[in-house]
Amino acid sequence: MKKTLISMVSALALLGAPALVSAADAVKIGFVTTLSTGSGAIGEDMRNAVELAIEHLGGKMADRDIEVIYEDDAFKPEVGKQKTDKLVKKDNVDFVAGYIWSHVLMASYKSAVDNGKFLISSNAGPSALAGKLCHPDVFSTSWQNDQTTMAMGDLLNQRGIKKLYIMAPNYAAGKNMVEGVERTFKGEVIGKDMTKFPAQLDFSAELAKVRAAKPDALFVFYPGRHGVQLLTQYAQADLAKTVPLYTAFTIDSLSLPRVGEQALGSLMTMFWSPDLDVPANKKFVSDFKAKHGTYPSHYAAQSYDTIMLINSAVEKVKGDLSNRDAVREALKAAEFDSIRGDFKFGHNHLPIQDFYLREVVKDEDGMYTTKIVAKVYEDHQDPYAAECKMN
Amino acid sequence: MNWLLLLEQILNGFQLGLLLFLLAAGLTLVFGIMDMINLAHGSLYMMGAYFCATFTGWTGSFLLGALLTLPAVFLLGILVELVALRTLYTRDHLDQVMATFGLILFFNEATRLIWGPVGLVIPLPDFLNQTVEIIPGAPYPAFRLLIIIVGFIIAGLLYFLVTRTRLGMLIRAGASNREMIGALGINIRLLFTLVFGLGAALAGLAGLMAGPILSVEIGMGESILILTLVVIVIGGIGSIKGAFIAAILIGLIDTVGRSFLPELLDLFLPSDSAATAAPAIASMLIYLLMALILAIRPQGLFPPKGVGK
Repeated sequence: MKKTLISMVSALALLGAPALVSAADAVKIGFVTTLSTGSGAIGEDMRNAVELAIEHLGGKMADRDIEVIYEDDAFKPEVGKQKTDKLVKKDNVDFVAGYIWSHVLMASYKSAVDNGKFLISSNAGPSALAGKLCHPDVFSTSWQNDQTTMAMGDLLNQRGIKKLYIMAPNYAAGKNMVEGVERTFKGEVIGKDMTKFPAQLDFSAELAKVRAAKPDALFVFYPGRHGVQLLTQYAQADLAKTVPLYTAFTIDSLSLPRVGEQALGSLMTMFWSPDLDVPANKKFVSDFKAKHGTYPSHYAAQSYDTIMLINSAVEKVKGDLSNRDAVREALKAAEFDSIRGDFKFGHNHLPIQDFYLREVVKDEDGMYTTKIVAKVYEDHQDPYAAECKMN
Repeated sequence: MNWLLLLEQILNGFQLGLLLFLLAAGLTLVFGIMDMINLAHGSLYMMGAYFCATFTGWTGSFLLGALLTLPAVFLLGILVELVALRTLYTRDHLDQVMATFGLILFFNEATRLIWGPVGLVIPLPDFLNQTVEIIPGAPYPAFRLLIIIVGFIIAGLLYFLVTRTRLGMLIRAGASNREMIGALGINIRLLFTLVFGLGAALAGLAGLMAGPILSVEIGMGESILILTLVVIVIGGIGSIKGAFIAAILIGLIDTVGRSFLPELLDLFLPSDSAATAAPAIASMLIYLLMALILAIRPQGLFPPKGVGK
């Protein structure tokens, strides 16, 4: 009996041994993104950026290996939550990161923070997590949804737009984006359509209304595949002659190869652009282009920063992640070279950063990309920070 | 009320309706004649779009690409019928749902392997990429107009096929009583295969016409499949006429509802809640209609003869 027990235990130990060693050695990062569905290209781009960041780090954070576990949220909040649960409970990761969609993040973040994990959003910036529900263990390397469109509202004012029509999908981020533009836009919003998301892909009814309303400009927020559809249908309806289009997170380097010609000259606001003159950004963009043949998207840029932020914290605590307060302080300090230049967190753990006006152009190789036209905001903090009671 | 806008929205409604009809016609035939629930119908629609994008890329012409796509999807449909579905006719509906759901997963993954996760684009020739002023003062996209025209032509051809030809007679007979036409010595297996191929080609046609408006991407068939099922339930399972009328009805209600409901609600709700409620209610309208029809006429508006008695 004793013999069997001993042999069983030693067999188990043998089985478990290699896994245990690597688990103790590696910094584990769970990365939730969308790898399937029509928006899977975004997740692919983010994964490429994460891999590039790890390559730039030489595969080590404070002499520990890096293990990234990617999970696909299938564009669904409930799946995102399940995957987060799995990463936290089964894989026991040190950090949970990723998240493209605000509604997926809202459904998932509690699974991470209630189990004592740090969460770093690489894209989604719902207002609730910036304000009332801000949490000491939630960080972001992107922005809060309202910010980009607030810059857009100011831009529209500068351009003398008086009558604006707004179209956006009816979900957490869509509502934030619309609130953002309405915060700063001083003219009149003469029409607003919130479309069903993600089901609705045909915007013929809404575009017909836009034409009939005769606004000075149309502002849209349609991320991922919906952006491609909207641009194509806008072009087919021949609206460009009468209603100029302004966008946020609708045209990016993922959609530009497909819609570049129609989008040429189109204007948008964002915190970053591939041509941003920052050493870390130049290295990131040129290495990314060399490896994948395309410009990185902002999703990729933010994901790259996510890994660099985690690295800065792991380095600062010398690889010892057991003291959570020290790790939190190290994350908060954010001592890394961000692709956007200076990087600092507000008290709600969202970056305080500049916002730029970007225009779609063709580069010297004939590839469509965006270039910075002007700086709209300097060191801008999101409007919900005041509601955050955290220090 | 803006009458030009209403007219334009009615055109949009017809365009959506006719697209739905192309899908519903094939699905309702398969459902009605073979008593087979085919969830993979949406995958054939997706394959139509992917084939067309590929062929258009090869030939450089959308029209040639479209012409090549139709026989390709027809053959694919027949292949699917021969390989997978043939064995399922005698099984119960749950087995068919499971198997055809598996086909959806298979087609989605196969598409990802062959064409990659990023969608494709079907470029349109210039003459389709402009607007036509059929209603003065409201230019309408030429391609959407083409969808309406093609939709009506196909509807006419199907009507002729079903009511005036021997094949159509067999199809109608099959929808009414499938055992009896088997007993009368009709090669029912061949009939099933042909009908399935025809349905696949119609789905492919819908896909290749939807491709240039919506993007060509993995999973594009699933969301439209739900609408299509609503159409055939409302129209009466197995009835082409029912599918046609129900599809137009759904297209109009969905488009006009989305367009005018916000203004309607604005009249008696605070504008904030109206703006939030309108898209939600608009997307519910067609399902409300379906629930209503199911309550009053569970067999659908125009069930084929001999059904629902």
